[in-house]
Amino acid sequence: MKIQKRTIALCVYFGVLILPIYWMLNMSLRTNADILGYFALYPKDPTFANYIKIFTDPTWYTAYINAMIYVGMNTVMSLAFALPAAYAFSRYKFIGDGQMFFWLLTNRMAPPAVFLLPYLQLYSTINLMDTHMAVALAHCLFNVPLAIWILEGFMSGIPKEIDETAFIDGYSFPRFFITIFIPLIRAGVGVTAFFCFMFSWVELLFARTLTITEAKPIVATMTRTISATGLDWGLLAAAGVLTIVPGGLVIWFVRNHLAKGFALGRV
Amino acid sequence: MEKWPNNKAWFLVLPAFIIVAFSGIIPLMTVVNYSIQDIFGPGEAVFVGTEWFKEMLGNHRLHDALWRQFMFSGLVLLIEIPLGILIALAMPKRGWGVSASLVILALPLVIPWNVIGTIWIIFTRPDIGLFGVGINSLDLLEVPFDHTAKPIYAWITLLAMEVWHWTPLVALLAYAGLRAIPEAYFQAAKIDGASAWATFLYIQLPKMRGVLTIAVLLRWMDSFLIYAEPFALTGGGPGNTTTFLSIYLVKLATMQFDLGPAAAFSLIYFLIVLLFSFAFYQALLNVGRGEKA
Repeated sequence: MKIQKRTIALCVYFGVLILPIYWMLNMSLRTNADILGYFALYPKDPTFANYIKIFTDPTWYTAYINAMIYVGMNTVMSLAFALPAAYAFSRYKFIGDGQMFFWLLTNRMAPPAVFLLPYLQLYSTINLMDTHMAVALAHCLFNVPLAIWILEGFMSGIPKEIDETAFIDGYSFPRFFITIFIPLIRAGVGVTAFFCFMFSWVELLFARTLTITEAKPIVATMTRTISATGLDWGLLAAAGVLTIVPGGLVIWFVRNHLAKGFALGRV
Repeated sequence: MEKWPNNKAWFLVLPAFIIVAFSGIIPLMTVVNYSIQDIFGPGEAVFVGTEWFKEMLGNHRLHDALWRQFMFSGLVLLIEIPLGILIALAMPKRGWGVSASLVILALPLVIPWNVIGTIWIIFTRPDIGLFGVGINSLDLLEVPFDHTAKPIYAWITLLAMEVWHWTPLVALLAYAGLRAIPEAYFQAAKIDGASAWATFLYIQLPKMRGVLTIAVLLRWMDSFLIYAEPFALTGGGPGNTTTFLSIYLVKLATMQFDLGPAAAFSLIYFLIVLLFSFAFYQALLNVGRGEKA
């Protein structure tokens, strides 16, 4: 009987969790006039007009492509830089390792707002303003430390004897690392990639500041259109729904490793 | 696990160090540079020493924002941690329900932060929102619900949004901790006739200590840095009642363009965060040690 009650409570919670998202979906299937005209729990006259507008208007759909590009770049960069570093932290003792690890983490915890102005200056100086590279690079600030943190957790779960055996067998470090070690922690790599994707995808402040038109991502387009169009709720909702889709798809692939990943590989 | 002493490991860390330093140290130096000068225009700057720091430390709007920030982050922890644990305890342990629960839980976490704001505007608006219309149709409130109307409504909306957004993270962490407890512990508890409450208090809670420390650390930090959601939802209003540190800082830097004070503020802000990070980081290390012993 007790388990029954728990399950009901959990279902109620999930209902509450889904409700705001459902409401946005509901709005996205109605026209603005319809939304402001009357209150309805579900779209009585569903229309895809908002979605069609987004998929046919280049300022909207290129914004999605821009976001995908820099998120992809950031994920690859973060993994490439974090993998060797995480290996070093999980296997070796070296001068300043504790301090280095903590310093890296402080960047994950630094208020992005602090870096706003210097970034404008820095990226203008090196001519990267309004490029995908600028945003990808800026997101490395928090994603590389996070990736190192998670990967280090996963790597520490692999016994060191494996490394020792491989080195005795005459493997060079790069060959061992790529052909033996990375496949061993592939779940960890997948989870880390998911986290890099996620934090780059949801970030607004840097993405908005470092782009003007060429690389403007969807999150920035949404904030800028709020005032310009005089609040087209239907369109805004449709754009919002579309930003959830990639995340939802990615979750599905890592669902079995999610919990461990959120615990930074430490359970 | 005993680690190999080898300083050559630095070569493996170096690339990561360089890329993070490029985004982390160079800009920070610029901030330091701003904070001790009065900048009139390109190439026109006067050294002012610690003047901006003194000004910001005495700035009552900063004090207010800081106080609000502590209130907000404190409330967030008080609500999210217990709620997250409860959800984790209620989640199924095997079968298709596990995957389904995990996917639903993770969904709010992959929504862009300003879209979270948008979702909650649409959800709570008194004219088109389910929540806004719903609560007003009950006719319980003296002033009709509208998050732009009264500070208390803005706070409730923001807290509801924050709890909605991030409790799943705590739940996922707690769930990971719970799943890692060997079944034998529960069998032993059953044999001893321990109540559910005793099992929770003496087995589950201590075993979750590690992941809960991570949860507290992440939630404290991230709620301390919160920007996009209140920016999208309330814009810091009504008045300044939901102006948290980041929002105030961005206002100061990009709207009023007070570079010097904004930079000094940045450094003070960063220092506060750093202090807490260090305390939590130490706690985290100690948790790891305690489990091994």
